[in-house]
Amino acid sequence: MAEELPGAKVAAEPAGGDASPAAGQPLLRIEGVAKTFGTFRAVDGVSLDIKAGEFFALLGPSGCGKTTLLRMLAGFEAPDEGRILLGGKDIAQALPHERPINMMFQNYALFPHLSVRDNIAFGLKRARMPRADIATRVAEMVALVKLEGLEKRKPDQLSGGQRQRVALARALARRPQLLLLDEPLAALDKKLRENTQAELMELQRRLGMTFIIVTHDQEEAMTMADRIGVMKSGKLAQVASPRELYEAPRSRWIAEFVGDINLFDGESKLRDGHRLVIGTPDAGALVVAEPREAVGTGKLAVAIRPEKVKLSRRGPVNEAGRETAINTLDGVIADICYLGGTTTYKVKLDTGGMLQASVANSARLDVDAYSLNQHVVAWFTPDDCVVLQS
Amino acid sequence: MSSRRIFARPARFAAIAPYVWMVLFFLVPFAFVLKISLSQTAIAQPPYEPVFDLTAGWDALKAAFAALSVDNFKLLVSDDIYVFAYVRSLTVALTATSLLLLIGYPIAYGMARLPQRWQAVAMVLVIVPFWTSFLIRIYAWINILQHDGLLNQVLLALHLVSQPVVWLSTDTAMYIGIVYSYLPFMILPLYATLAKMEPALEEAAADLGAPPWQVFWLVTFPLSLPGVGAGVLLCFIPIVGEFVIPDLLAGSNALMIGQTLWLEFFTNKDWPVASAAAIVLLVVLLVPLLLYERLQKRQLERGR
Repeated sequence: MAEELPGAKVAAEPAGGDASPAAGQPLLRIEGVAKTFGTFRAVDGVSLDIKAGEFFALLGPSGCGKTTLLRMLAGFEAPDEGRILLGGKDIAQALPHERPINMMFQNYALFPHLSVRDNIAFGLKRARMPRADIATRVAEMVALVKLEGLEKRKPDQLSGGQRQRVALARALARRPQLLLLDEPLAALDKKLRENTQAELMELQRRLGMTFIIVTHDQEEAMTMADRIGVMKSGKLAQVASPRELYEAPRSRWIAEFVGDINLFDGESKLRDGHRLVIGTPDAGALVVAEPREAVGTGKLAVAIRPEKVKLSRRGPVNEAGRETAINTLDGVIADICYLGGTTTYKVKLDTGGMLQASVANSARLDVDAYSLNQHVVAWFTPDDCVVLQS
Repeated sequence: MSSRRIFARPARFAAIAPYVWMVLFFLVPFAFVLKISLSQTAIAQPPYEPVFDLTAGWDALKAAFAALSVDNFKLLVSDDIYVFAYVRSLTVALTATSLLLLIGYPIAYGMARLPQRWQAVAMVLVIVPFWTSFLIRIYAWINILQHDGLLNQVLLALHLVSQPVVWLSTDTAMYIGIVYSYLPFMILPLYATLAKMEPALEEAAADLGAPPWQVFWLVTFPLSLPGVGAGVLLCFIPIVGEFVIPDLLAGSNALMIGQTLWLEFFTNKDWPVASAAAIVLLVVLLVPLLLYERLQKRQLERGR
């Protein structure tokens, strides 16, 4: 069982900060945590450190265990194995109301019988905060999420976006050491979602709080988080910064899950300094940069992001570069998908495979657009390729 | 033409159906009872006068109208027997409904928190007593509660009592019978509200620092009030007019209004007084109903 809980202290004085961990120690340490429902292992030995002030995203498809992991942090599920250390203390078995952690629920879970003000004040009253302080804090929170004038409304008299703000204000009111956000923006429409993402990031930076967000939307995770943990079948598949995750995915699955990608299966043929030549049936021999982590000689896959692929009517002019490095592939345009800022072309390669290229529409007039069945040359450098174990 | 329109718009027909039902099966009978309550008892067939005879002509009808009086209602107010019967009915109904809420709420709450497939089983278990006739079940209670009945045998065998306890013909027996009979009517509406309540609401309360008892009082209970209201009404109203259970299980020294009604109607053959008593009962029962409706309306308006 848990020893003395940090929650007791924080409940009495929710100003936070008093239980901050020693320098260098992570705020939250998850150690070998596992949870089984019946025979289904929802979370399977996850270990993870989260620093104070970090914006961390748990990303994964539905059923990958990300929500279960979040619920264990909030205390709604007790882990079967492992420890959850908050500021050095194990809270794995502590009840939800004993933890200095608050959560913003997916469908907000606002109390329908309470006004906006009482929803926000709920946690403060439970902490036995003096009345005057509660009023001040509620006013502060209402201003923070820009809900002035709506304090007396009931949740069902609010729009979706307003409800989302109330939920955020309610979760932040106690100034938790750690804020958990369970798909906080899933119910909002695209435009509102993008605005809210920016506001959440701004808020997190301003308050210096630690946020853990659960999402299945990789764009959302990439936009907001400092680091992303990708989960698959109850395990953490990769923990990395958004850029690293996108540019250096550790596995074929992650490469396909995060963003669009072209994949060509093949076999390593020869090594030439820091270059590797990989023979693929669909795209011929591809010259790629040698990956940082050594890959075996067996089956490999070459991955190229669509926006790294350049298209031109003829091959690149730099003959020397072409000789030594650049991969050029001939083909015809098989499909065009105009997306406004970019256009995605599907190129049917002469070697048989399909290649997606995403081209920025940098001019308003379609001077550089390609038409269907037009012959093009697709090219990319060895450094644009990622080599993955197949 | 008009019938074709009715069939072309089944929604319109469905909308007037309840009103037709109310007029045919409530308002018309109510008018009969009201008329009888304003009449006087008579040794005749039917046992009251005046009788409206539509074939006797206009003057006879006018005379019949003039003969109506509110004497029976005056009697109800002035005679202690009736006042006591009303007070006792309301007291019994209030006590029994409180007991039902205290017993039914935990059961309904437990049911709503069961895994989905067990909820259906629990539901069947709550309803299954209805498969047996109500009267037979009350007679079974007489068997259990009588002098050498099952309850006394068990108590004696466990040495909890040294001689048989008198259960039958007491208020205790009556309350046992009422609570037993009406429990499903309390559980089902409570279960319905509790089962559809979002579990995340209770989690949110706990997350915000509320220990389990506060989660219940601040979130679960207030949100289940519509179910509480429905359950209380479904039990309270019929219990006020309950006749069979007090007649079979309670003593005969204090009568409920249902029993008084029965006496007036069948033993004394005083239809007018019985009708007046029934009308007053109806008015008394309208009060909680109207209160409930106002409460619900206010909730709806708040929800807007």
